[in-house]
Formats: sequence, C-alpha cells, structure tokens
Amino acid sequence: MSDTSLVKETIETRVTSDLTRVSDYFALLKPRVMSLVVFTGLVGLAVAPGSLHPVLAFTALLCIAVGAGASGAINMWYDADIDAIMDRTKDRPIPAGRVSANEALAFGTVLSVASVVLMGLAVNYVAAALLALTIGFYVFVYSMWLKRRTPQNIVIGGAAGAFPPMIGWAAVTGDVSAESLVLFAIIFMWTPPHFWALSLWRDIDYAKAGVPMLPVVAGRDVTRRQIVLYSALLFPVAVMPYFLGYAGIFYGVGSGVLSGLFLLLSLKVWRCKDEESAKQLFAYSLLYLFLLFAILLGESLVRTVI
Amino acid sequence: MPRDKETLKRQRIRNLAVGGILIALVVLFYLITIVKMSGGAST
Repeated sequence: MSDTSLVKETIETRVTSDLTRVSDYFALLKPRVMSLVVFTGLVGLAVAPGSLHPVLAFTALLCIAVGAGASGAINMWYDADIDAIMDRTKDRPIPAGRVSANEALAFGTVLSVASVVLMGLAVNYVAAALLALTIGFYVFVYSMWLKRRTPQNIVIGGAAGAFPPMIGWAAVTGDVSAESLVLFAIIFMWTPPHFWALSLWRDIDYAKAGVPMLPVVAGRDVTRRQIVLYSALLFPVAVMPYFLGYAGIFYGVGSGVLSGLFLLLSLKVWRCKDEESAKQLFAYSLLYLFLLFAILLGESLVRTVI
Repeated sequence: MPRDKETLKRQRIRNLAVGGILIALVVLFYLITIVKMSGGAST
C-alpha cells in the first residue's frame, strides 16, 4: 500500500461524525479564499455596464461564494493525503480527523451543483456556465491534473481564481466581453508571483508532500526570475481598464503606483534572495489585489451616485 | 456523561445551523420568485 493511500485510510477510520462542528464544514469552504473571490466577483458585478436587481445581485454573489467554497471542499477531499503531510495544511478538517473525506466530497458536490443551478435559474445561463467552468477547472484541471504533475500548476490553475469577476460581469450583462477578460487577466497574471513568493519559504513543505512547485523543481533562483517576469507582465495588464475607458483617473494612477511597487518588491526578492523579502512580497500581493479592485469598486460607486 | 452532553450540544448546533440555512433559502427563493415574476431583473 502506498504512503498516501495509507494516510487516506487512517483519516477515514479515525473520523466519527460526532466530532464534526459547524465550523469544520465552514473551514472546508476555504473562507479566506472565498472572501477574495466574493470581493472580485462583486467588483465585476459593479463595474459592468447596466444593473441588476439587488436580490439577484445578492443571489449571484451567493452562488459565486458557494461555488468557490464547494470547489475548495472537493479540493480538500482530493488533497487529503498531501494536506496531512504539509505543516500549513495538516490541521484542516479532513487530515485532522474531524470530517471524513467522503463527507467533504458529498458536501462539495451538492453545493457545486446547487450553486450552478441557482445561478442559471435566478440570474442567467452565461453566468451559470462560467461558474460551472470555474468549479470544473479548479477541481479537474488544477487539483486532479496539474497540481501534482507540473510546476506550471498555479500558472494554468490560476485561471480558476481569475474567473469570479467575469462571472459577476456576466451576471449583469449576460455575456463575456473584452473588459471582463481584462479583469480575468489581472488576477491570472497576479497569481503566479503571489503563490511563488509563498512557495519560496514553504518549498520544503511542498517537497515533503511531493508537490512540484517551481522552487522544488527548478530551484529558487529560477522562481525569483519568474516572479519578476510575471510582475512585469502584470503592470500593463493592471492599468488596461483605464485605457479601455471603464476605469477613471484614480484607477489609472493608483494601478500604476501599486503595480510599480509590486515590481519593485519582486526585484527585491530577486536581488536580496532572502526569506524576508519573499514574505514581504506575499503580504503586499494580497493588499495589492484588494486595493486594485477596491479602487475600481469605489470609482464605480461614485459614478453611480453622481 | 460529559462526552454525551458535548455530542448532543454539537448535534443541536448543527441542526440549528441547517434549519437556519433552509429558512434563509426559502426566503431567498421567495424573493427571487417575486423579482422574476414582476419582471424586475434589471433596475
């Protein structure tokens, strides 16, 4: 029997449903990831031309949140064996023995189907199709196919995290446009430097679990160069909403400054080669995405009021 | 026994959470139906 299947069997045998708390089910939904997904989905919904009834807008965001969370639960089911090995994830509900893997799979599957069906019936079929694509991409393409096979896992798999603003946009307009694709591209370009910064000081953890993250496979120097490359590519993509005319001057200036700082911190990671600068870039990357989309949202709200 | 009390408490909290979610969904479906039937999908 392989190590991973032994771990899975051990997890299954020690779980009793009496141990499970409501908070464990909530933890299966990866609430921190979910909050970012809801926020970017909200921005897509707010900046899209046109408007949506508040009840339907709330429903769309709920479906995005539940769908994203459900894919997280299925991911935890699939990755229970490697989660049990890594320090960062060993306290998750399945490896900690508080929720059984099969329970998490059922929970995630039911919520995935429910969120897509509700989105289709209440909002529109384009948004529902994009939500289904997001869930499918995260579960089948990222979790099952790429994550354990290639160091490009988070580059291609990052698309799953980039779809929410497109779903929000499609909820209002019923279509996919160049503007929403730019919002997608911003998160798509942001994901590699964000996760590679994390993996620069978590590489031993990933290596232990056999996950081929870039620092594990190609080394830290190659990873640092790739971080700089993607940060440089992020700059023009991030300022594009201003040049396409659906973001104002505040966003134009703000995105330029924020992306410039992102690039500077990436260069620091490359030059200093220490753990501290990688941690600094990781923390800043979270703030960066939040501020970038917050400015877009703020400008959109101001336009609505005026 | 304390173990049974703890189990019952967790089960009660889980039942209340599921009940709360079901009630919230009923309210949401009711509101969606009203919005859809009144043709007010866009404001």
